[in-house]
Amino acid sequence: MNIGVLALQGAVAPHREKISHLGADMTEVRLPADLEGLDGLILPGGESTTLLNLMAAYGLEESIRLFGRFRPVWGICAGAILLAQRVENPTQRSLGLLPATLQRNAYGRQNESFIEMLPLRLPGRETALVEGVFIRAPRIADIDSGGEVLARRGEEPVAVQFGHVLATTFHPELAADDHLHGYFLELCRKAGTLRAAG
Amino acid sequence: METGTIRLKTGLAEMLKGGVIMDVVNPEQAKIAEDAGASAVMALERVPADIRRDGGVARMSDPSMIEGIMKAVTIPVMAKCRIGHFAEAQILQELGVDYIDESEVLTPADDTHHVDKHAFKTPFVCGATNLGEALRRIGEGAAMMRTKGEAGTGDIVEAVRHLRSVTREIKLLSTLSEAEWMAEAKRLGAPYELVRLVAKEGRLPVPNFAAGGVATPADAALLMQLGAEAVFVGSGVFKSENPARMAQAIVKAVTFARNPEELLKISKGLGGAMAGLPRDTIQPEARLAGRGW
Repeated sequence: MNIGVLALQGAVAPHREKISHLGADMTEVRLPADLEGLDGLILPGGESTTLLNLMAAYGLEESIRLFGRFRPVWGICAGAILLAQRVENPTQRSLGLLPATLQRNAYGRQNESFIEMLPLRLPGRETALVEGVFIRAPRIADIDSGGEVLARRGEEPVAVQFGHVLATTFHPELAADDHLHGYFLELCRKAGTLRAAG
Repeated sequence: METGTIRLKTGLAEMLKGGVIMDVVNPEQAKIAEDAGASAVMALERVPADIRRDGGVARMSDPSMIEGIMKAVTIPVMAKCRIGHFAEAQILQELGVDYIDESEVLTPADDTHHVDKHAFKTPFVCGATNLGEALRRIGEGAAMMRTKGEAGTGDIVEAVRHLRSVTREIKLLSTLSEAEWMAEAKRLGAPYELVRLVAKEGRLPVPNFAAGGVATPADAALLMQLGAEAVFVGSGVFKSENPARMAQAIVKAVTFARNPEELLKISKGLGGAMAGLPRDTIQPEARLAGRGW
């Protein structure tokens, strides 16, 4: 299995470690052609304005939107902002693959960044306590119906899933465990099997 | 709940990797930098080229000026304090900047000590010319390193020299046997625990960025290929003929640092780069990279 990580800017390297530890290959995506043959795509943490700028300059907005219609996509922090249908504080362009509203820098600046243990409820698995690393994190202000909340911090959803689209406002690539990477790879495997059958 | 720990500090540096951090002196420049794709800005009153021209004592910028920049952009904002000037650092932490640069570009306030960076919640970036200096700064709590260039010159030679020196010393260190680590720690003037860590991992325990003298997309690509994980650009953007275009080109060059086909397109028709000042024409006592102990 081959998982792509958008490598325009941001926290790419930690994903390579997690993905190879789980036995899959990782491809860095910088140009539309790099998406060919990938089983899934991770939009990593970084700066969403930088990522948007480079995505627009290299024709990646349209190609990722197309890729994400049929294949698993996981957005983390800035990546989740890129995926959202609606972005606030301030409003900005996005891919619109995640039927939710994301609020940028919702907890404040770096001094307000934090790590907190979160209960993660993955379908068909026992609830696991995972490290939530929140760095200048956005907030999922609302989600449309049909979404599943995989983790909450208090009342707030911090990990959500709509079919094959996954979004987390914290950074599982910086945590000690690999629950969410394992789960995403499973989504990619299932989607691949369905494609092969269909 | 955990806040202000080294993992959160290096975590933000992780998010800045593969990006460009640009020096800006007002909200307008900050906006231009953000729109061009900068992943963070460094707020300061004068870019290094002007500090060099004006002379005098260079200090922390007016907090109200930094605040104006923090309000103007959504990307992280960094600001500089003088080497060893922990009171300036306290003020910057109180202001809420995202990173503090304990910088040799400003006039040092202490000729023996650097700031005890463990005492702060806000992360610090520090400069280094070699591995020993880098590990001393990390030992004091720096969460990001930047190899020093000769700031404000537009001459890349010092940045290359120091980046090569750090990577070479890391390579050498990882070939040593365990029995040699203590002597190497002594030679480097670096904490033993950090020497051990670098010897085992083959890399610095915090992200390593490069700075000083970057004036073109090719300069940025050069530093990235030499092992930098992101690039600081000081005077190179706003002392160029067309700052917005140069800024965007340098951002692209960092992303495509190993792709000459893209670099060629990126490098075309940018207008003039900053005029620059060859490093060897600067008197040794006026060179900034040597500051820091």
